[in-house]
Parts: sequence; C-alpha cells; structure tokens
Amino acid sequence: MAEVTLAGISKTFGQTGAVDNVSLTIRDGEFVVLLGPTGAGKTTTLRLIAGLEAPDAGRITIAGRDVAGAAPATRDVAFVFQQYSLYPHLTVYENLAFPLRSPARRLHDAEIDARVREVAKMVRIDHKLQNRSTRLSGGEMQRVAIGRALVRKPAIYLMDEPLSSLDAKLRAELRLELKRIQNELGATLLYVTHDQVEAMTMADRIGILAEGKLVQIGSPREIYSNPANLHVAARLGQPHINLLPQGLLPGCNAPAGTKTIGARTEHLEISASTPGNAEIDWIEHLGDQNHLHIKVGEHKLVTLADPYLAIQRGDRIDLKLRNPLYFDAGGQRLT
Amino acid sequence: MSSATSAHSVVEPSATTKRIAGIIVVLYAVITMVPLAWIFMTSFKSPPDSISYPPKVVFTPTLEGYCNLFTTRTRQTPEYIQSLGPPQSICDEITRSRNMVIAGPSNYWPRFTNSMVIAFGSTFLAVFLGTLAAYGFSRFRVPLADDLMFFILSTRMMPPIAVAIPIYLMYRELGLSDTALGMILLYTAVNVSLAVWLLKGFIDEIPREYEEAAMIDGYTRLQAFRKVVLPQATTGIAATAIFCLIFAWNEYAFAVLLTSGSAQTSPPFIPTIIGEGGMDWPAVAAGTTIFLVPILVFTILLRKQLLRGITFGAVRK
Ligand SMILES: Nc1ncnc2c1ncn2[C@@H]1O[C@H](COP(=O)(O)OP(=O)(O)OP(=O)(O)O)[C@@H](O)[C@H]1O
Ligand SMILES: [Mg+2]
Repeated sequence: MAEVTLAGISKTFGQTGAVDNVSLTIRDGEFVVLLGPTGAGKTTTLRLIAGLEAPDAGRITIAGRDVAGAAPATRDVAFVFQQYSLYPHLTVYENLAFPLRSPARRLHDAEIDARVREVAKMVRIDHKLQNRSTRLSGGEMQRVAIGRALVRKPAIYLMDEPLSSLDAKLRAELRLELKRIQNELGATLLYVTHDQVEAMTMADRIGILAEGKLVQIGSPREIYSNPANLHVAARLGQPHINLLPQGLLPGCNAPAGTKTIGARTEHLEISASTPGNAEIDWIEHLGDQNHLHIKVGEHKLVTLADPYLAIQRGDRIDLKLRNPLYFDAGGQRLT
Repeated sequence: MSSATSAHSVVEPSATTKRIAGIIVVLYAVITMVPLAWIFMTSFKSPPDSISYPPKVVFTPTLEGYCNLFTTRTRQTPEYIQSLGPPQSICDEITRSRNMVIAGPSNYWPRFTNSMVIAFGSTFLAVFLGTLAAYGFSRFRVPLADDLMFFILSTRMMPPIAVAIPIYLMYRELGLSDTALGMILLYTAVNVSLAVWLLKGFIDEIPREYEEAAMIDGYTRLQAFRKVVLPQATTGIAATAIFCLIFAWNEYAFAVLLTSGSAQTSPPFIPTIIGEGGMDWPAVAAGTTIFLVPILVFTILLRKQLLRGITFGAVRK
C-alpha cells in the first residue's frame, strides 16, 4: 500500500474537458471517495491513475514514483471497472487467478491457489469457484470483480462504481463488506460513485467532483455540514437541501451579501400554530419516518418528520430556521 | 388470439406456424440437396447409366467412376489382357472388363493436394492478417481509419476477374505463375478485405475493458490480446475462416488463368477429366464428390460458430 498524489491533472477529449486541474493526495491506507454526477470525470480520473489514459497536464505519483509514461502493468494498481468486469470465457476461479498468473508476477500454482481461495472466502464466493462467470447473478459477479482486485496487494485499489448495478439490499451489504475488507487489509482505496450514501458511509474523505473540477475534499462530516458551495450542499442530504430566498423565513441572521439560504431538516423548526407562516401540503409516509411537503407562500420545502408527529395535510404551522447555510449570489458559502 | 400476440411478441410461435416453417425449410433443403445428391449418385454409376434417358434413379452401383478418376488407362487387345495374371484390385478388374489396363495414377491427388495447400494456406494467412488488422482498426486511433477501411472494402467491389490480365502479366514477370506461393498470395489478398471487415465487427463487440483489465493486471497488450481477446473472438474467427476457405477452395477463374501444371488446383482440373476417354461423367462426379468433402468436414466442425457468425454477433453468448 502506498500514497498516491495527483498534481494539477487535466484531460480533454477533443472539445470535452473531462478532468480539469485536479490535485489530490490519497494517503497510505486511506479510503477516498470521489462523488459526482454522471459525466463529472470520475472514470477518467481513475483511468488516468491506472495509465489507461495519458493526462494533458499534471503529474501523478504512486508511492513517490512519477508514473508519467509508465505502462499500466508497471504501475501496481488494481482496477474494478464500472461494467464488463469478468472474463466471460473463464470460470470464477480462473478469473480470480488471472492477475496472479500474469507474466509480471510468476507465482507458484500453490501460492495462487491459496490466495484465490482466501479472497474467494473474503468476498463470499468460495462456493461458486468452478462456475462459468457468465452463470452468476449480478451481485455474485460484482463480488468476483472486487475479488479479482483484492487477490493482488497493489499500491492502490481503484474502484469505479462497483456497486451501481446492484439492487439496494445487496448494495448495502457489499458496502459494509467492502469497508470491512478495506479495514482488515489497511488498503489504500480510491472509490468512485454518484451515490451519496456510499460516499457518506465508506469514505475517510470525500472529494466532490463537478464538471471535471475537484470542488471540495474533506471528511464526510465536513462535507455535509460545511459545504463550500451550493453544488456541494446539493449533493448530500436526503431529502435534498431546500434552497430558499433570503428573508423568506424568520430565525436566521444572515451575513451581508446572502442571496440564498440552504435549509436541511436539521435547520428547520416546526411548531403547530394558527395562522402560522406555512402549510402542510402533503405527507409521504416512508414507514420509519415521514417526508413533509410544506408550502411557504409560493415556495415548497421538503423535510423529515418522525411518524409520531401529530400533523395532517392542510395543517397550518410555524416554520423557523435554525443555523441554516448561507450562500451568496455566485453560490459560494458565506459564514 | 390474445392482444399479447403483437408484432413484437416474444411468445412461442404456434404449432401451425412451426409446421409451415418446417415444411418450407425442408423444401428448401431438398431443392439445394438435389444437385449434390445427383452428383453423388452419378459418381457410382457406370458411364452408360450416367447418360441414360430417362435418368436412372435405381441402378447397380460401381466404383468405375472412382477408378477412372484415380488412374490413367490404356486400351489393349483382349488377348493381351487374357495373358496377364489375376487382377490386383477391384479397379484392375473393372478396367480390364473395359478392355483396358491401368497405366498409372492420375493427377487427381496432386491437384487435390495443391487445393488443400493453397486454400488452407491462404485462409490461415487471410484470417491471421485480418485479425491483427481488425484489432488495430478497432482499438487504436488509426489516421484516416474510415478511408482505409473503405479502401480495403473497395478491393472487393469489382469481380476479381476484372484484374486478371494485369495480375497474369505481373505474375509472369515475377515468376509466380503456376506456383502455390503465387496462388496463396493472390487468394490471401482477395480474402483479407473480407476478413478485416468481418473481424472488425466481431472485435468491436468485445468491450475493451477486458484488455484494459488484463493490462492493469500485469499483462502486455499482446499478451492481453492472446489471453482475453482471441478466446472471445473465436466465433468470429471461425466464421471468417469458413467464408475465406469456401472462396479459396472453389475459386475457378484465377486458377484456370494462372495455374496449368504443378500448382493447378482441383477446380480447373476436374473438367479436364472428361477429355480423357470420352464423356466420363462418373469420373467427374467422383472428383466433385471428393472435392466437396473438406469443406463439408470443416463446416460441420465449425457449424456452431458459423451459425452465430452469420448473425454477425447479433446473438452473443
Ligand atoms: N474516450 C472518450 N472520448 C471522448 N470523450 C470522453 C471519453 N471518455 C470520457 N469522455 C467524456 O469525458 C467526460 C467525463 O467522462 P467520465 O466517464 O469520466 O464521467 P463519469 O464521471 O465517470 O460519469 P459516469 O457517472 O456516467 O460514469 C464526459 O463528458 C465524457 O463524455
Ligand atoms: Mg464513469
């Protein structure tokens, strides 16, 4: 395991800028998640580190070594692809053994066998080792794909939305497993996703990518409670952050220049009151909690409420802000 | 039936539909098989039976056609034939009954061997070169790739015979006339364009992530190509090989023009059998029957790949 640094990396494809001046250090043993919408340049960033693309500008070092011009095979990275992960003509066992059989490594068969079985157990696929890789369920395929990276002990694991094709339950399961495995191995891992829950639950640090730029990087807590701008704030939080014009609701003491106020559930205080300044427009029952849709004049808000809150559609309420987030006209955060 | 049976329904076809489809397929098969069956039957007829009218469907089979195919014979007086010892083989016996003796082997096997060497040699070369070229076009940014691909295809736009004269003159200058090497090069040149186009389609369908994964895992591009791309391209390669082989095996025009002796292939040779002693249709039919065998075997061996190949990768897995 090793430290990986990107310094001012840029990459364009013809007219489209994919990655724009990204600098980032992934410390030894750290789990960094890059979070961004589709087309943000997440995959391209990983491919640049792996050597599948060459950057137009910038420097990449892996374990202190500048890898400019180095072939992918010599960079000592492992990659889990977004899709097409398994070799269809090989069994699960052969898929897992494939990286170990590479001419660059030349391990003994016994050594390979031991490693394959160990990893198969780790990703819980040891009962299907002899299956054709095309005869697996989506979740099993993804385990094997992750396993194929784990059989090696590279400087860094690069994972490109490895869980995105799975259903919610499996995703939650594998999320935990992956975090557990990373802890056990003390692995350095750069993980790419557009799923904020994955980012929040697994990351030591989250990097927010938007249109090729690294907008903010920090611990999940920092990113959540101290977003640098509107874009970052909008990426995290369920339900989405409510963006309101300054002055709509009472209870804030906005710094000068505030244009927009960002209010998540924890920034809103509700009390039943007539006439009040807001009205319950709709209630979505999710079981463990409710989504309240609230109307304030022209504006609509969504917030969470616990299911015991005695409130109904059409009720009038008093809505107050409590330490919300303030943004200026350009969307930058004000404190 | 129900509304679910729309134009795009994936419902099993009804029994009647299946039966009608079956009848059509069988009819078509019969129509295409009749000439083949005819040739096969003729090869076992005696020369008089082979030209009798109306044609005989029931006849006494004889190996005369095959004997005549493989041998050259000379006419002798009955007295001379009487004076010989007992016949050495069935062919000996048949030949003597026609007042002839076997003079030696015919040129059939040497010509057949030429066909094998030239057809398989050029097929191998065309598929080998085609696979590499197709991989290159599929995976790398080749300057003017589209124009090059069009140029490669354009070599197939005119009938090959249109360039026969220039090639004839060229080959005479280069000393390639009537050589196996010359024919292999020629058929390779004709087939490689087909091979590049077919194989590019197949290789385009193999996601490049597979090779990239292998390259990250410590393989060079060439090793990744061999271990990951080739195994997945076997379907396409097999289908391409059959198309190339069928062309090279059956090619007649160039073969007539460019080969006459030592490198002559079967297609120009078989018709010459007729000349050796009258209308020897059974011998011609025997030559044709044997000529069909290699393609038949090759096609049967690769039929699964061929079937998939004809759909051009539409149904993978
Ligand atoms: N090989 C390529 N050729 C041309 N443009 C490309 C290429 N690869 C990526 N791009 C472009 O670069 C931008 C970033 O792409 P990238 O694949 O990195 O996005 P991503 O964040 O991984 O998105 P997703 O979540 O959909 O996977 C996109 O606009 C994409 O169209
Ligand atoms: Mg991507």
